[in-house]
Amino acid sequence: MINIENLYIKKGSFSLRDISFAVPGGRWGVLMGKSGCGKTTLIEAVCGLNPVESGRILLGDRDVTHLHPSLRNIGYVPQDLALFPTRTVRGNISFALELRRWKKDRINARIEEISELLGIDHLLERFPSGLSGGESQLVAIGRAISFYPEILCLDEPLSSLDENTREKMFGVLESVKKNTGITVLHVTHNKEEAYRLGDLILKLKEGKISEFSRCRCHKQKEPTMPEEGIKNRTRL
Amino acid sequence: MMNRKNEKKIQIPFEGEDRKNEGKNPDLLFIPLLWMIGGLYVVLILAMLLADLLYVKGGDFVSVLVKPEIRYAVKLSLLSSALSSGLAVVISLPLGYLMSRQKFRGKSVIEVILDIPVVLPPVVVGLSLLLLFRLLPSGISDLFIFEVPAVIVAQVAVITAFGVRMMKVAFDQIDPRQEQVALTLGCSRWQAFTGVLLPQAKKSIISSLALCWAKSLGEFGPILVFAGATRMKTEVMTTSVYLELSTGNIETAVAVAIMMIILSSAVLFVVRRYGAATG
Repeated sequence: MINIENLYIKKGSFSLRDISFAVPGGRWGVLMGKSGCGKTTLIEAVCGLNPVESGRILLGDRDVTHLHPSLRNIGYVPQDLALFPTRTVRGNISFALELRRWKKDRINARIEEISELLGIDHLLERFPSGLSGGESQLVAIGRAISFYPEILCLDEPLSSLDENTREKMFGVLESVKKNTGITVLHVTHNKEEAYRLGDLILKLKEGKISEFSRCRCHKQKEPTMPEEGIKNRTRL
Repeated sequence: MMNRKNEKKIQIPFEGEDRKNEGKNPDLLFIPLLWMIGGLYVVLILAMLLADLLYVKGGDFVSVLVKPEIRYAVKLSLLSSALSSGLAVVISLPLGYLMSRQKFRGKSVIEVILDIPVVLPPVVVGLSLLLLFRLLPSGISDLFIFEVPAVIVAQVAVITAFGVRMMKVAFDQIDPRQEQVALTLGCSRWQAFTGVLLPQAKKSIISSLALCWAKSLGEFGPILVFAGATRMKTEVMTTSVYLELSTGNIETAVAVAIMMIILSSAVLFVVRRYGAATG
């Protein structure tokens, strides 16, 4: 799960104070807000890319507030995707696995799994410059989930896509949600994305989490862990 | 209701005088005008090269190049330029990265300091090096002052400033977001630097290496002051030209100059072709 406690982040003249929220394990949390309200700043802080002035970031039972980004086990898909242009799609997806010194067979097997899940097997030998917007989005997601992260952070994943590609991406994200059981923090300003994918919707307004709606599966104050969902999930 | 007799007819601006220019291409003179201005400079360079080539006869050119002191100067120039440009790029990479990616107090002061070798007269750079090394213990200063290592130090002192500028610009053009993503994928900053940033900067590194090499080949002032121009010792091609001119051997000076032009042009041509092929 993701637990944010009284977070204070400062970036230049912009700041976010007293940010607190929780996304239960295995759930899809959506953080909504207008452009420029600080959603990207917040998600970057969760990933360890922005320093935190005070407060805590807990992933599961680990306090990762001041931990190096490489040690947080978070998959991150930024808004501009930031694919590595000198590496093929295969190279982008295998990047994290090569860092972890996986054996070649294991890397190839994992690439095959991901390309099947996302429908990108025909793109593996292409370079990012030869991909469309939707294809790039899929590759960025594949790269982010390649090393079985506990948490997936998505920053406006569907914002620049046309209608047909968005619809296809919804299907892919729903498939990722169903098949991996990963905990997700999804940032968007789009209501359709939020209500279609989100189990938990948070709103960021004027530097504060101003309203939220609880999980669809809960009625109590404290959201419970979806135990069955985690036990039975396919570690894909 | 409006009185139709008092209504003013609105003149459509496209009719009337503006129709005189219909059918004419407004950009007709743009490119020719740019070529007229910029082309003068290209013509000047070509005219200079032609003047050099016309001055020297083919036989004289060959006889100059077989002279032992000229051959030594060519050899020292090529070796020292190769070493200096390599060192310059090795220093430029971390410094260019810091100037591009890091925010720190005094950054603008460091940027001004890095510009000093660019704006300072080369002779002053040589003089400053000479005075600096004179302050060192004689065991160290004797190894450098008016010795071959001084040639390399003088070249590195000047060309590195250009290398840093080039690498900073190259790194500025690469989105830092990619390194951030690399960190989340499990990289340390060193791994992100070598695995993500440097591969993208490959063409810029090669261009920087080539330009530093060409610049070091053409360095004169700092070498003359710091290393001297001792024949068969610290004489390089640029100081050869100077020495030959000062003794009235203009043919030899021009022959050496032509050799430098050929060498520099060949290297830059190869680098540009490589850049175009991999681009």
